[in-house]
Amino acid sequence: MSVTALLLHRIHFAFTITFHYLFPQLTMGLALLIVVLKTIAIRYKDDRYNQAARFWSKLFAINFVIGVVTGIPMEFQFGTNWSQFARYTGGVIGQPLAMEGVFSFFLESAFLGLFLFGEKRLSVGMHWASAFLVFVGSWISGFFIIVTNAWMQHPVAYRVLPNGAYEVTSFWGLLTNPWGLLQYAHNMSGAVITGSFVMCAVGAFYVLENQFAEYGKVFLRVGVIVGLISCVTQIFPTGDLHGRYVAKHQPAAVAGMEGLFNSQRGAGIVLMGQPNEEKQTIDNPLVVNDVLSFLIYGTTHGEVTGLDQFPRDQWPEPLPLLFFSYHIMAGLGTYFVLLMAVAGFLLWRGKLFRTRWALWPLLLSFPLPYIANTAGWMTAEIGRQPWVVYGLIRTSDGYSKYVSAGNGLFTLLGFMGIYAVLSILFIVLVYRIIQKGPEVTGTGTASTGTSMTVA
Amino acid sequence: MMVAYVVLDGFDLGVGILHPFLARTEEEKQLMMRSIGPVWDGNEVWLLAAGGTLYFAFPLLYASAFSGFYLALMIVLWLLIMRGISIELRMQMEIGVWRAFFDGLFFLSSLLLAVFFGAALANVIRGVPLGADGYFFLPLWTNWRVGPDPGILDWYTVIGGVVALVALALHGALYLVVKTEGGLDQRSRAAARVLWIALLALTVVSLPATVFARPDTLANYQRYPFALAVPAVVLLALGGIWYFSRRSDDRRAFACSCAYLSVMLVGAAIGLYPRLLPSSTDASRDITIQKALSGPHTLHVGLAWWAFGMCLALMYFVIVYRMFKGKVSLEGGGYGH
Repeated sequence: MSVTALLLHRIHFAFTITFHYLFPQLTMGLALLIVVLKTIAIRYKDDRYNQAARFWSKLFAINFVIGVVTGIPMEFQFGTNWSQFARYTGGVIGQPLAMEGVFSFFLESAFLGLFLFGEKRLSVGMHWASAFLVFVGSWISGFFIIVTNAWMQHPVAYRVLPNGAYEVTSFWGLLTNPWGLLQYAHNMSGAVITGSFVMCAVGAFYVLENQFAEYGKVFLRVGVIVGLISCVTQIFPTGDLHGRYVAKHQPAAVAGMEGLFNSQRGAGIVLMGQPNEEKQTIDNPLVVNDVLSFLIYGTTHGEVTGLDQFPRDQWPEPLPLLFFSYHIMAGLGTYFVLLMAVAGFLLWRGKLFRTRWALWPLLLSFPLPYIANTAGWMTAEIGRQPWVVYGLIRTSDGYSKYVSAGNGLFTLLGFMGIYAVLSILFIVLVYRIIQKGPEVTGTGTASTGTSMTVA
Repeated sequence: MMVAYVVLDGFDLGVGILHPFLARTEEEKQLMMRSIGPVWDGNEVWLLAAGGTLYFAFPLLYASAFSGFYLALMIVLWLLIMRGISIELRMQMEIGVWRAFFDGLFFLSSLLLAVFFGAALANVIRGVPLGADGYFFLPLWTNWRVGPDPGILDWYTVIGGVVALVALALHGALYLVVKTEGGLDQRSRAAARVLWIALLALTVVSLPATVFARPDTLANYQRYPFALAVPAVVLLALGGIWYFSRRSDDRRAFACSCAYLSVMLVGAAIGLYPRLLPSSTDASRDITIQKALSGPHTLHVGLAWWAFGMCLALMYFVIVYRMFKGKVSLEGGGYGH
């Protein structure tokens, strides 16, 4: 009975957070890209870039709304579904969560209103500033969420009060948790990848379709350059440093990610395979010798801790999902660099817009960063199991005892239904915006800016 | 912060409730949406920020109340989602059915949210069956009585919901009077008059109902006689709404409505003090400020950044409301909307 309730609460949170984060990653990535577009427009007095910014701000607005409405449930679920966890950790992680609201949401909501509704009322500089502040707001928001998560991954700067609750001892220590800083860099780089891949895909679509091709080229140029930079920083330095830090502080998680059942000197890296928990091996392995030791310790002789060093009740679970999430993330990350390197090279040589075999993968690859970002988060969250706060509170002790499995399932199904409808609405609206293209008089009359096409 | 949320998001909830009744044409519907378009999102942030603040300052209360009112809260979350998308997506397509659908959704979700918020406050006043470990779980309804085995909805909390519904509808009507012209303005005035009479009646009913549901609410008022200023201000504010509306001093009428809502909340808080969530069964299990408060360092640090953040938030609000002050019209640039 209790197992069912625990599992349902986990799925409840996993489902709602996974769906939610499909939107903020694009919000944060696009916010930066819109600032880039507007900056170029001002710097080079090129109105195409202004028009491009207007086009993307339409997609941004819809994406932002879905992100906001699916984000509200997240802040409340700590209390509703994870009350025991909330009760003991509120004194620590309640702070960054509240700060997100106070410092980021107010900023974002205020200046998004100005940005979307106020282009005519504001000067060029002020409108740029409001775009910039929306960008800052969304990135601050990401920071506070990462600080929250980082404390759960790697608790720092806390003490235990007489009633068993945790309290923050150094606020600065909480904000500068090294885990959090690394995770933040890695995560934001990932969000920029999503933004630039989406921009590239729309650009490639317009160029291949030979419609709005002028704008398609603008999108591709900006998308490929920003995409190339972010794909590289995703792996080095952010991914590399973050991976080593995890290896140091959550060795069981890394063993699970890599499917390393037995400790090994000169451990190899498994590129593909299926973990077999019963036999404690990897089925159908494709291994490159020594690489894992090298990645973690910088030498092929380092000994990597395997799962055999940990009692069974401290293994991350579900282990196979952890293994696959990590491999999907890392595999896609590698593909992203290759794709962007090729596209960047072609762009530099001035051939990208005529090279159809490169435009096709740019068009089709936009879902992949969503998958990679999701897989990355699943790696982090499953890797932390069986703890909800690493080493301090077990997940099985954190959920709301009085919310039965039946009630949990009821609301989970409710969310699934609502989110299914949201997905359909989102796809329809985004499709219409892309179909109508950027050559819309966005600053025209009427409140229905999107409804006025210039075919 | 809860006061700020109720006063600010209150008017856009009220606009939602009145939406199908006051707007006759598509243009008027758009005007009503425009009057709240740039600000509703920011208003709702107060709810989020208040939730976060509750979480870090009173973790026990946050954990207990949120898991205990699980079903109601989840429904509130769903309503917030539906309301958010209906405001933002309505204008995206020029299809009559599409707009009519979101108009309906906007109205329904605004109405139910107002009722749920009122009922929530009434639940807190009535008290909940707290267990020894500080937790409880309430079904949506049981036998509709204020007894030892209450549900989230009973006759008392339903009264609370209806008071909130009428109060917020009036608040929204007064806001529309300030923000609109012509027919819409006239109809909002008429609606405000009817709603005012209803609210006066309900306010008068709700006071004895509260004393019945929780007899010790009056204890604090006997102990601190100056607290009697609260009911006096409630009546003054109600009178002020009537008086200033008659004289077409619309801003002052709206200000009085803000005062009414604030003081009703303050009055409830005084009645409960020092309890935050009283037990309906055993007074020793009441969740008090003392019990629920976070550790000293947390609060110390929290207060510092919180005060700073509030100043910033107020500044943004002043900027935005100044930018969009005055009557709304359908001219002017929508950027991406």
